[in-house]
Amino acid sequence: MRKLIFGLFIAFLPALGLAAGVGVPLDHIKTDHTDKASLQRGAAMFTNYCMGCHSMEYARYKRVADDLEIPVDLFEENLIFTGAQIGELMKNSMNKDMAADWFGAPPPDLTLESRLRGESWVYSYLRGFYKDDSRPLGVNNVVFDKVGMPHVLVDLQGLCAVEPNIGKKASVEPLSGNINNSSACPEYATEGSMTGAEFDRAMYDLTNFMSYMADPIKVERERLGIFVLIFVAIFFVFAYLLNREYWKDVH
Amino acid sequence: MQKLLNWVDERLPVVDAWNKHLAKYYAPKNFNVWYFFGSLAMLVLVNQLVTGIWLTMSYNPTGEGAFASVEYIMRDVQWGWLLRYLHSTGASAFFIVVYLHMFRGLMYGSYQKPRELIWLFGMLIYLVLMAEAFMGYLLPWGQMSYWGAQVIVNLFGAIPVIGEDLSLWIRGDYLISGITLNRFFALHVVALPIVLLGLVVLHILALHEVGSNNPDGIEIKKNKDENGIPKDGIPFHPYYSVHDLVGVAVFFFIFFIVVFFFPEMGGLFIEKPNFEPANALKTPAHIAPVWYFTPFYAMLRAVTVDLFGLPAKFWGVVVMGGAIAILFVLPWLDRSPVRSIRYKGWLSRIALTLFAISFVVLGYLGLVPATEGRTTVAQVLTVVYFLYFILMPFYTRMEKTKPVPERVTG
Repeated sequence: MRKLIFGLFIAFLPALGLAAGVGVPLDHIKTDHTDKASLQRGAAMFTNYCMGCHSMEYARYKRVADDLEIPVDLFEENLIFTGAQIGELMKNSMNKDMAADWFGAPPPDLTLESRLRGESWVYSYLRGFYKDDSRPLGVNNVVFDKVGMPHVLVDLQGLCAVEPNIGKKASVEPLSGNINNSSACPEYATEGSMTGAEFDRAMYDLTNFMSYMADPIKVERERLGIFVLIFVAIFFVFAYLLNREYWKDVH
Repeated sequence: MQKLLNWVDERLPVVDAWNKHLAKYYAPKNFNVWYFFGSLAMLVLVNQLVTGIWLTMSYNPTGEGAFASVEYIMRDVQWGWLLRYLHSTGASAFFIVVYLHMFRGLMYGSYQKPRELIWLFGMLIYLVLMAEAFMGYLLPWGQMSYWGAQVIVNLFGAIPVIGEDLSLWIRGDYLISGITLNRFFALHVVALPIVLLGLVVLHILALHEVGSNNPDGIEIKKNKDENGIPKDGIPFHPYYSVHDLVGVAVFFFIFFIVVFFFPEMGGLFIEKPNFEPANALKTPAHIAPVWYFTPFYAMLRAVTVDLFGLPAKFWGVVVMGGAIAILFVLPWLDRSPVRSIRYKGWLSRIALTLFAISFVVLGYLGLVPATEGRTTVAQVLTVVYFLYFILMPFYTRMEKTKPVPERVTG
């Protein structure tokens, strides 16, 4: 029987070998879909700053309101800007053809973005904008070179004058005691309303929300999974004993 | 109850069938862990059929609606996410158990006389399964679905003279489009499952006609008791039905860990680019088929020389097709007087080990982008893969085999 378990385990091993390869260094985060406060802040951030251009057209407002425990009337009042009904899909009013003219390509739907590119990518990208006058919109991004998107959150973050430190660990300089890479942006061209740490926290919330939107069933799925595995484990015990009982008389 | 059974039995041989295939089907008593994978393949097949039927109820097979309907299943359909993950994980699980089932056959010589037809039906099942998986993979209509299908269908274009027309005929369009999606859907949910089920029936009928092989490769029918029952045989039901139940529990445990906790399996079972809708104008940076096709994909890419005025791509397709075709003639390549690897000589053991290594490493190489070094490795391993078969008639006859015991060894 040990051989059987081992054999089946080995059978699935090759599937464990692959991790997604990424070209640029990223700041890694772990999202938490049970942190409702963070998700609510992220939802507010997304609907206020992102949804003008980016839809989440595979998801419904109602589901978000229910999952994030936001009362429906409050949600309708503060988080729906298109006049849509609460049961509708989260579309926006931007015409895709016109958007293609403005930005070169229409802003992509973001329902599944965090599963497409990865959570750490989204988090790093949001904090990766910097001033670059050679670009048409005056900004570039260390994670997404020559990006066509403007720096929408410039009022919050401020405009970073140099390339932000993404994917670099903070370190203490031994002689001067200065801390390097403590925040993403070491030098601002214009200041924003948030400090570096506040902005990082806000981007974590936004990423957390996008991660939840890409996989809204995750918490429930993993909760259920535990019970399913317990059931299968108990079933195994009975199957094992039944098998032993029958095979007693085989020599 | 008994009266009802008699009534039916006089009109349909149900008792006869029950006895022939279960209660009085005598299987060798020395099956080991490798013998779970046949019944597990059947289990996964049922899983695919049942979840597939329910997915079909909410899926929209059009270029415009397919991607959104999958997300609709994932978000708005009750338990839709579970059905979909059971189906997508089941597809990979199917290939895992089938590859192990086939490897079992290679190890214990289960393809040898008189089981050639079982092997042939099994190979046909594998072939249909590959077609089924390939067409099913287009249905979510993500970027990898689209470009994977584009690459594979274009392979037919490498065939001289008729190639371009053939791939046009398969697609039904000049590029993969909603038309292709429609026909792949029809084949995936109707045509191929029917063929698959028919082949499974033939596979099992042929097996039950000649009887199961075993890890010792001994014919248990040679040693029968006074009632004509093989001395080393036990009735499939209840002995192996309860035995397989244990295998099912272990399998489900691992299967559900994937379904509930790692449904994407790090991008192996559901590839990341598939979270973006198909876009004919945007090619992904790296196109890789799903893991179960990658050994053959690596062989395709390993061929880099033009030959006899035909392009390398054509020869790549020939090598890839040959790698699968050569499996069909396996029963006639093995000239060994014994079946099981337990009693074959060192040459056979080394050959089988090298073959297994080449298959797994080729599978890895097919997943990652090609570099010069990797291509060289893939070329060497492709040769190893083919040598296992081509040299088999020689090394199985040359080597010294061990004496096979009269009775199974447990």
